[in-house]
Amino acid sequence: MKRFVIRRIISMVAVLFAISIVTFCIFNVIPNSDPAQRLAGRNPTTGQIEAIRRQWGFDKPVYTQYVKTMEKVFTGDLFSYVNQTDVDEKIIQDAPRTFSLAIGAAIMWMFVAISLGLYSAVRAGKFADRFLTVLALIGISMPVFWVGALMNYYLGFKWNIFPNGGYVPFSDSPLQWAYHLIMPWTALSLLFIGVYSRVLRSNVLDTINDDYVRTARAKGLPERQVLLRHVLRNSLIPIVSLWGLDFGAVVGGGALLTETVFDLQGVGQYAAESIGQLDVPPVLAIVMFGAFFVVVLTTVVDILYATLDPRIRLT
Amino acid sequence: MAIEPAAELATAVPEAIVAEGGGTRVAGLAPWRIALRRLRRNRTALAFGALFVVIAGMCLAAPIYAEQVAHTDQFKNHLLEQITIDGVKRDVVSPSGVAIGPTYTGRFLLGADGNGRDIAVRLLYGGRTSLMIGLSAAPLTMLLAIVVGMLAGFHRGWVDAIISRALEIIWSFPVVLLGVALGTALALGGLKIGPLQIDGESELIPILIIAVIYVPYLARPVRGQVLALREKEFVEAARAQGAGSLRIMFSEILPNLSSTIVVFFPLIVANAILLEAALSFLGAGVRPPNPSWGTMISEGVDRIVTGPHLTIVPGIMLVLAVLALNVFGDGVRDAFDPRAKVRVKHR
Repeated sequence: MKRFVIRRIISMVAVLFAISIVTFCIFNVIPNSDPAQRLAGRNPTTGQIEAIRRQWGFDKPVYTQYVKTMEKVFTGDLFSYVNQTDVDEKIIQDAPRTFSLAIGAAIMWMFVAISLGLYSAVRAGKFADRFLTVLALIGISMPVFWVGALMNYYLGFKWNIFPNGGYVPFSDSPLQWAYHLIMPWTALSLLFIGVYSRVLRSNVLDTINDDYVRTARAKGLPERQVLLRHVLRNSLIPIVSLWGLDFGAVVGGGALLTETVFDLQGVGQYAAESIGQLDVPPVLAIVMFGAFFVVVLTTVVDILYATLDPRIRLT
Repeated sequence: MAIEPAAELATAVPEAIVAEGGGTRVAGLAPWRIALRRLRRNRTALAFGALFVVIAGMCLAAPIYAEQVAHTDQFKNHLLEQITIDGVKRDVVSPSGVAIGPTYTGRFLLGADGNGRDIAVRLLYGGRTSLMIGLSAAPLTMLLAIVVGMLAGFHRGWVDAIISRALEIIWSFPVVLLGVALGTALALGGLKIGPLQIDGESELIPILIIAVIYVPYLARPVRGQVLALREKEFVEAARAQGAGSLRIMFSEILPNLSSTIVVFFPLIVANAILLEAALSFLGAGVRPPNPSWGTMISEGVDRIVTGPHLTIVPGIMLVLAVLALNVFGDGVRDAFDPRAKVRVKHR
């Protein structure tokens, strides 16, 4: 266990390191994107640009710039090239919005997907199963920003059922918080419900004929208990590992499409906007932030795995 | 499309011998034959496969529709023109900037956009772009993934270590985030690798980006299979005959990967089309004014209040095409490898 965690931490650091280099390179190979010129504002003199270049260290070789930028990511005095705002402060300010989106959507998609997947498997081959399969495939096939835009227009703007954008912190009013987030949650969940319900369905079908399930039935357990306690528990394992990755990605700003279309002002939207302005520091910081969550959650899930199923050994 | 089973099979196997588990000839059937027969029986999958072919055919016919029916092209704007519908003259785009909705007549069948361009015409041309990107990115992904996966699985050791780490790095980025970052960077600077130069405006850029992003999803299963296949007796036999590594990879191992490749293909095309739309929505895919379903949705969302049809119409086409591929791909998977756990994420 201890060895497992240490190994994971080492590989996590390696992956984060590689990711930061890739991100830095993507933005440093672009010609005509001198950050000094953007920092200098409109109509700068050559002297001003030179001064900024020296002050921000753009005259140094690329690897020195990389090391300096990474130092700043961790010490917290990283500034945007475009508007000189503190990047870490902005991320901390945006993170609760992204986390609110992630936690609500994750509960929604897990709950709905597990119910639908289980029902679908119990009714395998019947009409309900086929109907749900089609629904799941439709969910997988819809672009989230399209669904989001239509929800915004019809439910938010035209029929006024849900608030059209805006965010209320949980601490102000939990009810309003949920009310304002219900559309983004639904839009984001649709895709995951499609994927998860189908994975669960096939897992349930794999386990439902196992010996221990027959034993459970034979000893007279009610069908409900057989399904929930014996079948579902074993079918959930792969779902849990999927969930770790997806939840980590959403928390880390991976849901940038959903955030952008609902104008949630979360970390993902910040990333999307910064990329559009070729603003390297925020992108670098957010990518690190996101990858960190993905790696941490994968590790947590692996440990959870071993507790759910003692046959799995951590190496 | 990779497979067109119906015609070929109709003559191949008489229905009487087809019964599962019975007859001596069944045991002798090649796996491909069995899979194709299963696919042929799956009416839903075939119907959706046909739907995709119809959509693709319609998009191919875009110039004919534009010239013969709509009398315009994909870029021409009719901002200040009027058209007559049921004897009433109406502005294509009203002075306040509201575009005309669906007219259900030859011109502006599905309405106009904010620049007075014919939506139906752009929809068909946009479909060409979207499908072209999907259908070129997917084979490129396949090619890269097979080469990379075979090298890693076959040579193992440090080759495998390097390739696996590289795949893991691509895998660790959220798909859309990596796509947008690459798209924005490459669109500004273009791409120069040795003699190969790609202009930033080119549609080759989204194709390349999408192809590279999806490589790990196929390369990983391929690597796993190759690791197992290389220990099989037939590989040993080939080696005993004096075959070299390349020969073994191409004539012994590659044919055994074919069902994995066939199963993944429609799903990767579907996801490539979706990713193109997402990139275009965030301004990092196809460049306006070139239409694609993604750019059309993106332009539509900006004007959704005055003309919801601008968002709805291209979205429905996109969903239909992707759904058709997904249902067909599902059928292909059931036919070729029912127990395969095939997943391509896009988040």
